[in-house]
Amino acid sequence: MNRAMSSPAFFEYLIRLGDDRLVLGHRLSEWCGHGPILEEDIALANISLDLIGEASLLLKLAASVEGQGRNEDTLAYFRDAIDFRNALMLELPKGDFGFTVVRQFLFSVYSLLQMDALQKSRNADLSGIAAKALKETRYHVRHSAQWVVTLGGGTDESNARAQQALNDLWRYTGELFVADDIDREVAASGDGVDPSTLEAAWREQVLPILQRAGLRVPDAGYMQGGGRGGRHTEHLGHMLSEMQILARSHPGASW
Amino acid sequence: MVTRAIPSRDELFAILDRVKDPEVPAVSVVELGIVRDVAVTEAGVEVTITPTYSGCPAMREIESDIRDALAEHGLGPVEISVVYSPAWTTDWIGPAAKEKLEAYGIAPPGRVERDELVSIDRRARPVRCPFCKSGDTERKSEFGSTACKSIWFCRSCRQPFEEFKAI
Repeated sequence: MNRAMSSPAFFEYLIRLGDDRLVLGHRLSEWCGHGPILEEDIALANISLDLIGEASLLLKLAASVEGQGRNEDTLAYFRDAIDFRNALMLELPKGDFGFTVVRQFLFSVYSLLQMDALQKSRNADLSGIAAKALKETRYHVRHSAQWVVTLGGGTDESNARAQQALNDLWRYTGELFVADDIDREVAASGDGVDPSTLEAAWREQVLPILQRAGLRVPDAGYMQGGGRGGRHTEHLGHMLSEMQILARSHPGASW
Repeated sequence: MVTRAIPSRDELFAILDRVKDPEVPAVSVVELGIVRDVAVTEAGVEVTITPTYSGCPAMREIESDIRDALAEHGLGPVEISVVYSPAWTTDWIGPAAKEKLEAYGIAPPGRVERDELVSIDRRARPVRCPFCKSGDTERKSEFGSTACKSIWFCRSCRQPFEEFKAI
């Protein structure tokens, strides 16, 4: 293992990538058996599975970069909320179906751009994971964008719910693009991507869909942040208590 | 110690060609392109595989089936390494395997379209019904019973069917 591989910044960066997908993947899994129609139930479970799979690969790579004997499971199940590095948007409760698809759309476009850029990572493992995730994310973007347009252009109620979701979520979008020292270090080394470089392309893809859906983009205002530093909403702890209880009550359990 | 002839690469691939995908048992893990390489080393057998979808739950079972198949031929210990690059694509599935998929009742994947932009207006390409071979079909959902399949409906024979998604 070379020196660059064991960089603490790269480990931190991989944890952010992995936690974003683990937390959103878990939130989506909460729909399993509760989807509005059978096809949608299956679709949400599929997307959840893709995200948890991507998280598993990313956290496994993080653990090997760290070299402290941890693995993807110990990182997922034996860290507390304060050690999670996901963006706050992704830990918010799943809400109604409108909230779930609007969030999925906002994140999927972000993830698409991020994974596209990460294909050029100088770390071969991360570049391979990104190439695979990119293929899956195309489906996620298309699926969620179609729903945003459908709900926005549907009934008064579906439009109102999608608009409410957008209003509630918008203040959490800024955090996705904030770059700190960790991001700048991994971008400089060629391992990672500075998230602030993704914002213009994200708006370019997101805004036309929202417009087509007849949804009003909320005014730019105060943006909420803190997730990358482990400062989370109260919701993450509740979510983790459910997600982690089996692994913590029965360490090493297998079935 | 019994001295065995060291199997050739082709022979090793032939052994692994008997390992079927647990979720699509019509085709083998070799035909799907999951097995990237296999070689006998001083330590045993080294198999290189690549995952299909990031979250495919069949991967662990596939690994254990690969170990069992090699052990049946007295080969081991088996070291399985996972590579992510190049990323798995359905373009690696050959014509013979595509025919097996169709005979099994799953429409085989078409060529992967290299679209850089994600268009929500893109019409699904027509897919032939694996049962009655009609092209009068419609896609019901891009997500099916497993990560790798989508759900379709044949208007001709009124049967739902699945398609192996091009990815």
